[in-house]
Amino acid sequence: MSNLAKVFNPKMYFSNILLGVLISFLSFHGYAQEDHASATATTEGHEVVADSTQHGEAKAEAGAEEKFDAGKLILHHIADEHDWHLFTLGHFHATIPLPVIVYTESKGLNVFMSSNFQNEHHEEVPYNGFVLEHGKIHAENGEKVWDISITKNVASMLISAILLLTIFIGIGRRYAENPHRAPKGIQSLFEPIILFVRDEIAINNIGKKHYKRFMPYLLTIFFFIWFNNMLGLIPGGANVTGNIAITMVLAVIAFFVTNFNGKSTYWTHIFAMPGVPKWMLVILTPVEIIGIFMKPFSLMVRLFANLTSGHIILLSLVSLIFIFKSAFLGFAVVPFSLFMNVIELIVAFIQAFIFTMLVSTYIGAAIEEHHH
Amino acid sequence: MGLITPEFGLIFWQLIIFGLLFFLLSKFAWKPIVNSLNEREASIDEAIKLAETTRKEMADLKAGNDQLIAEARQERDALIKQAKEAADAMIAQAKNDAQNAANAEIEKARTAFEQEKNAAVASIRKEAAVLSLDLAEKVLKSQLKDKDAQEKLVSEWMKEVSL
Repeated sequence: MSNLAKVFNPKMYFSNILLGVLISFLSFHGYAQEDHASATATTEGHEVVADSTQHGEAKAEAGAEEKFDAGKLILHHIADEHDWHLFTLGHFHATIPLPVIVYTESKGLNVFMSSNFQNEHHEEVPYNGFVLEHGKIHAENGEKVWDISITKNVASMLISAILLLTIFIGIGRRYAENPHRAPKGIQSLFEPIILFVRDEIAINNIGKKHYKRFMPYLLTIFFFIWFNNMLGLIPGGANVTGNIAITMVLAVIAFFVTNFNGKSTYWTHIFAMPGVPKWMLVILTPVEIIGIFMKPFSLMVRLFANLTSGHIILLSLVSLIFIFKSAFLGFAVVPFSLFMNVIELIVAFIQAFIFTMLVSTYIGAAIEEHHH
Repeated sequence: MGLITPEFGLIFWQLIIFGLLFFLLSKFAWKPIVNSLNEREASIDEAIKLAETTRKEMADLKAGNDQLIAEARQERDALIKQAKEAADAMIAQAKNDAQNAANAEIEKARTAFEQEKNAAVASIRKEAAVLSLDLAEKVLKSQLKDKDAQEKLVSEWMKEVSL
């Protein structure tokens, strides 16, 4: 019997898996990082050249010796873009064009590839009455543009969605076939994590009675955030979960899930906290009402800030080499950025965990039917 | 500012992608996975419980068996003891009977012998008397002249004859 318990102990599995994932990423990342660094530096040099020729401000001597602007590079890398830039080698730009979908009142819906915004010299040019300026699409006639393009982040999110669907529907089918069979392959990788979400997050915070109702939602946000965090760490990947729009949508969904499930106890605690003198409610009720909105707001900012800062740290470390123009600095920077990368892998998991954990505590507080 | 300004397009697409993802995963992944995990856990719990009760039952059964065996052994011992006693008693009885029968037989034999002996003695006496009568006749026949000798002879014979 004790053997059985050992086999089905999710915690033991879990630590092993985490270790395995970390080790598998270590080697790949360490070497990829250097590539990425040199590529980004060259890209930056080029863009500056392109910019300066277009605006006619910089002089001809501004070429390969262009001043390196780390801030601009970093912001460019953590921001969304309309095409998926992978790397630049000399004059070769490895860029995947993405579909642009824009709507204006006069022109209606327009769909074209983002590569139309660049001519053969990689200069930004207007197309079909639209201009791409600093990553934003404007109409030449000054109209309001509704931009629902498949940007880099949307594309990355679609990739993660396809990954999630293939993996988990495949696993789900195996479970449906025979629930009593021991997990196998990728199923045994994710089963302990699913059990972790169920036991440590859902049951702990929501309680045995109601947790089942919220399991699909909690599992979806957990794996959505985790997968997108991990995809963002691949060199050339998009910074999806470090984008405020993404975390905002996740937070708004969490807000609705929490408040739509709010029981009478939850609302009484907000509008008429029991056991508090009446005059205190004048202060307490506004605080509680702000609290309803602060909770999802903190979810939004926490995920956004953690992921973005991780990317900024990594990019800053690599930028050091180009700021000091010394390849020898690489001996210090590469091990340290490797270390940071490994930490980011842990952060990727922890942030997914924290987000799910906090959402489940909010839900737990909302559905609690508790008497003092 | 661009960093913290949410883009409309991203919000739009994320709502669609996340919504679809939630719907599809809930229906085709989370539902079978969570249900199966619960079902498997329940079946494991059940199996463990069953094993436990079976083990207890087996122990009970074994204890019962042991008791039965002990009882049977006791009974067997009692039976053997009883049988032995019965046999001993029977042997003793038989011995006794045989002894009695033998004694009676001996007694009978002795009585018969006594009778025979008495009969024999009587018969010898009778014979002796006849014999002595014959002798006396003979003596009388041969020695009738000598009266003294006759008397002497008779007394001598008589002495001899008296037994």
